[in-house]
Amino acid sequence: MKAIYLDNNATTRVAPEVIDAMLPFLREMWGNPSSMHTFGGQVGRHIERAREQVALTLGAAGPDEIVFTSCGTESDNAAIMSALAAAPDKKRIVTTKVEHPAVLNLARHLEGRGMDVVYLPVDSQGRLDLDALRDSIDDQTALVSVMWANNETGVVFPIEEIAAICSDRGVVLHTDAVQTIGKLPCDLRETPVAYLSMSGHKIHAPKGIGALYIRRGTKFSPMIIGGHQERGRRAGTENAASIVGLGKACELAMAHWKEDCRQMAALRDRLEKGLIDSIPRVHIHGDTGHRLPNTTNLGFESVEGEAILLLLNEHNICASSGSACASGSLDPSHVMIAMGVPFERAHGSIRFSLSRYNTEDDVDAVLTHMPGIIKRLRELSPVA
Amino acid sequence: MWNYTEKVIEHFIHPRNVGEIENPDGVGEVGSLACGDMLRLSFKLDDEGRIVDARFKTFGCASAIASSSALTEIIRGKTLEEAERITNRDIAEYLGGLPEEKMHCSVMGREALEAAIANYRGEGAETRTLEGTVVCKCYGVTDEQIRKVARENRLTTVEEVTNYTKAGGGCGLCHERIQEILDEIRNGKTAPTTPAQVAQEKKAKGLALTNIEKIHIIEQLISERIRPALRQDGGDIDLLDVDQNVVYVRLKGACENCPSANYTMRQFIEKEIQREVSPSIRVEEVRA
Repeated sequence: MKAIYLDNNATTRVAPEVIDAMLPFLREMWGNPSSMHTFGGQVGRHIERAREQVALTLGAAGPDEIVFTSCGTESDNAAIMSALAAAPDKKRIVTTKVEHPAVLNLARHLEGRGMDVVYLPVDSQGRLDLDALRDSIDDQTALVSVMWANNETGVVFPIEEIAAICSDRGVVLHTDAVQTIGKLPCDLRETPVAYLSMSGHKIHAPKGIGALYIRRGTKFSPMIIGGHQERGRRAGTENAASIVGLGKACELAMAHWKEDCRQMAALRDRLEKGLIDSIPRVHIHGDTGHRLPNTTNLGFESVEGEAILLLLNEHNICASSGSACASGSLDPSHVMIAMGVPFERAHGSIRFSLSRYNTEDDVDAVLTHMPGIIKRLRELSPVA
Repeated sequence: MWNYTEKVIEHFIHPRNVGEIENPDGVGEVGSLACGDMLRLSFKLDDEGRIVDARFKTFGCASAIASSSALTEIIRGKTLEEAERITNRDIAEYLGGLPEEKMHCSVMGREALEAAIANYRGEGAETRTLEGTVVCKCYGVTDEQIRKVARENRLTTVEEVTNYTKAGGGCGLCHERIQEILDEIRNGKTAPTTPAQVAQEKKAKGLALTNIEKIHIIEQLISERIRPALRQDGGDIDLLDVDQNVVYVRLKGACENCPSANYTMRQFIEKEIQREVSPSIRVEEVRA
């Protein structure tokens, strides 16, 4: 039975074109790009081509602003640690309560080592309070790190306004844009972000490759010290095949993003409306006016998310949950808690996230099975 | 995804005994929506005082639903005295095991059963009133609950207590108090809470055990150590009787016709019981 994959904010299928682009670098062109001979040197040229593709996608001023990393988490860590190293006298980081653990757990780690961390709240729609952001920045602030779009709800933060606030206050801004690339237009010439993180496997490139944008003129301290690769900003032999794959994935995203987004939004809305029309007591979590086109997060009253996921899985439908029981923790997702979603709804939250490969048939399969699943679980529930 | 056993998935997909009994003899409800799981158990007794029907309604994850289903299957046909001896480990074992992080689901089943029996006996309302002082404010877990579950399951770390009771799984402010309770148990400063614990304490002091105390220890040994080991090889064991120093058991499953059954009986089962109860214990196999 075909898997109906609606968990694309977790990871995406590697695009066939990306695989085709990568294969020569696994089969024939396996030279070390740092080698002096032609065999290795030709690989280096393809890496630089990929760097240009990434730079174009982000609207960077040039490929020299792109450093390849292993993943979004490394990009986040490198940006934050670098900003702190550049301002050793400053002791404050401003971030939000709804960041990805790649930022949130690093912030907590730094807090334990004496940093003053401000975790900005969000409202019930998952929106950031920009006045609170403005007020939280002081002379001691080394960095503001705010995600561009939330991975659980798809809520998009107004990064241009945030960047303007940071710029006014003279504070560098890092944004985790892992969920945004290929789903929103991005032109960093217009948005004064100092650092931006992205990840390959969220845009149909493989896992194990990411990129960090570092605006020209921004100080940077490498986390990985060794050889001279990446202009001395990240040592270690380049993951050539994956870098080429990331470049190709960016090219595809650039070429198709408008059509992809139109299609994903249409399918998402069809799914959302179909579920709300056919199932009572369902709530959309997040600001529906400012969301990624591919994401919906729904709270089903009186049932628990892991149970829903497993029953969906019986029909080969893959989704995700903010439920505690699905994650191994005891509290539901920190994003649901930060939004003040009532616990009983947070425990029953399900995220559907689409990609360019999803079809109406996928959505119809969910609409066919979901009402029965919720009905069945509510019949089991003592509070339905 | 969790590594659930086939039996957990089977009971989750096809839960047994869902619903509520009209005019039940006992009803117990534990957990809460805020905590993410909640179980309402009701039972009916026949004229001989055996549980003739047991039904549940559960809000929770796959293991909570499977544990509830298993519980109702386990207690059907049992007297209340027999049902009272069921531990959370019995529920987990019935399901072929639960992930450590999900053991609190089996504890919830045991607590719902306690609440339902207490309700039948007129000792409490159907929604359980917790004994002791609340230690974990996030999940409303008391010191008495922690002591009981920790002793019955031989828990030694705060993390284990969290897996089994949820206590400490929220803000973490109670970790220190949970550790104190664990230390009290380790240092023998708390009173034992089950007959088996009373018997083990008596044995540790060199005092003679009564027959019923021996039975409690042997039941616990079979449930916690012997049966799980035999089940790993497809076997099983039932305790039939204990007469002075002779323990009668029946081997089942792959053990029943195993050429090494006698070796298993003497070198594993008998030695385990001798070590915990008395060197003079002899184990006899009764064949069907």
